Amino acid sequence: MRELISITSAVSVHRGQIVHNGKLVFEEKEASAGQFLLSAYKYTGAAYPKFYKMDGLCKLGWIAAEYLLKDKSANSLIQDFSTGIVLANRNSSLDADLKYHQTVSSIPSPALFVYTLPNIVIGEISIRHKIKGENAFFIQDAFDAVFMEQYVRILLNNDKLQSCICGWADFLADDYKAVLMLVEKNKAGIEFNAQNMLTYF
Amino acid sequence: MPVFVAGVGVISAIGNNVAENQDSLKKGIHGIAPMAYLQSAHRNRLPVAEVKLSNDELAQKAGLSNRISRTAMLSMIAAEEALADARLPLNTALRKAFISANSVGGMDKTENFFPEFSANFHAGRLRDVVNHECGSITELVARKIGFTGFVSTISTACSSSANAIFYGARLILNDVADVVIAGGCDSLTRFTLNGFNTLMILDEKPCQPFDENRRGLNLGEGAGYVVLVSGKIAAMLQRKPDVQLSGYANANDAYHQTASSPDGTGSFLAMDGALKMSGLKTSEIGYINLHGTGTQNNDIAEGTAIKRLFDGHYPPVSSTKSFTGHTLGASGGIEAVFSVLALQKGCVFPNLRLETPMKDLPFQPVTRFMDNLQLQHVMSNSFGFGGNCSSLIFSKS
Amino acid sequence: MEDLKKQIIEQLNLQDIKPEDIGNDQPLFVEGLGLDSIDALELIVLLQQFYNIKLVNAEDGPKVFHSVRTIAEYIISHQNKND
Repeated sequence: MRELISITSAVSVHRGQIVHNGKLVFEEKEASAGQFLLSAYKYTGAAYPKFYKMDGLCKLGWIAAEYLLKDKSANSLIQDFSTGIVLANRNSSLDADLKYHQTVSSIPSPALFVYTLPNIVIGEISIRHKIKGENAFFIQDAFDAVFMEQYVRILLNNDKLQSCICGWADFLADDYKAVLMLVEKNKAGIEFNAQNMLTYF
Repeated sequence: MPVFVAGVGVISAIGNNVAENQDSLKKGIHGIAPMAYLQSAHRNRLPVAEVKLSNDELAQKAGLSNRISRTAMLSMIAAEEALADARLPLNTALRKAFISANSVGGMDKTENFFPEFSANFHAGRLRDVVNHECGSITELVARKIGFTGFVSTISTACSSSANAIFYGARLILNDVADVVIAGGCDSLTRFTLNGFNTLMILDEKPCQPFDENRRGLNLGEGAGYVVLVSGKIAAMLQRKPDVQLSGYANANDAYHQTASSPDGTGSFLAMDGALKMSGLKTSEIGYINLHGTGTQNNDIAEGTAIKRLFDGHYPPVSSTKSFTGHTLGASGGIEAVFSVLALQKGCVFPNLRLETPMKDLPFQPVTRFMDNLQLQHVMSNSFGFGGNCSSLIFSKS
Repeated sequence: MEDLKKQIIEQLNLQDIKPEDIGNDQPLFVEGLGLDSIDALELIVLLQQFYNIKLVNAEDGPKVFHSVRTIAEYIISHQNKND
């Protein structure tokens, strides 16, 4: 018998708006990507100085995860290695690559180099929420919901994980979009499938 | 349901194909040398492990234009060798997949284009950067080898191609594909060299993994792929595969963007997870091909994780990065191929240049090539930036 | 040392912190500002970029970068050598 797999929380960060489970929770239109993310961070009220050192993609992913797991972190759901993270995007770490590359002609910056890989955003989310389960990052032309459903199902059905954060996080110059979904077994929520995932995009 | 390894292909600083690599490993001939192909300000200071062929020579071998990224050429050569090695039946309709990992994509071409372009927006050949992004490299090679059924690119730093391999296995186990070519590639670029230099983890001499006085890593380049097939396809092959991928796991260290936690949590979880999946006891692992980059941080983290997990029953271990350097996105793939070879030939490769074993570890790597061993199971570790840790276990069928 | 504090704040992206928040003898790493290994590398870049001093041995880092005062002292002693 197939276990019940549901999306129990979903966040979208795009064009100056943060929407959590269908509700607009933060808005700052007419702001640049950098300003928006900074304001969104301050709005969370979190004290996490390392946020300032992150590149755009990591800030984006971190903020999305912060809202996604807002009501969950008190819960014993997120434990060590039973929660995983699977993300994808189109532009990899290109934004960070470009910024880093600019420093190469004088003195390359270690703090910028550290972000020239797309999966570092998974690292930042993992550090923040102490998540140690399986994690993967894929490069795709556009969000492939069918692929993501298949991948996450494999992880949950084979008991590798009890829950998984999956979705899309892309950042380049002033364009950003993140859609993160928390997928859990045997919990009430929206049925986890490709069609339902796409409704958040 | 087992997943079989039907073929292998590799190109690295120690050889342009499997036979050459194997020969070098046996003879203790490493590929770390002064920079010969890459143009860099660090040329006279930093040894690297380049594939000993120019772009023109690689292009000829790969059957690609020499204006194509070096990353793609390396990928093409190794993927083709693996495919040929598998001797797949020609007249069966097979669901094929190509899962390739890399970290630099077409950066080698882009970083040559960029300075010209920055100075003058009309300069530089735009076509050179068309394959900059990681996914393009994969697609290009997929088309050339005819594996376009399902194509995907994984980019998780140094564990990328290990992740590609077990993702390929999942496609087979979940009946999505019949045959998967999985692994990874990366070529040496100024971008990477300068970046690693600024993190101060490069060795100015040939590296000494798992040595008490290790100074850092040497960057390398190359590509490594395995051809994975289901049991059904394995039965159809002329040459029955004798190696399976019996276990794998991935975990996140959740500690730091680029450093490993001192107690090696992520490494421990990955190795432990792979063992649990394969149902093996630690005492059944005959050899561990270490991630062993030669940095202060990785080696103690990985060593500590092994100490905790294997607790007294330590198998022979070694880092072949002492031969090939750290090939980043390709390392999981190249080292998977080496692990398969170790199993097939019953041998263990030496960890070169070990002078002083690490005092905090109750074991040390092997320093001589050993063969005529009865190996049943081999483990290969790949730990990447972002805390991404993977471990693969190959077993004799 | 005031200039140094401003440079540190800028180089390490410490946006929430002002120069007066950093004590001259306050430990910068682990406790205090809680800087990490990448910050240490950025401080090495800072020394090179603004003071033309190359710190070749990363192991000297913890001593030199212990506090703003130790960094200032290091700069003064090594700047003379570079002239």
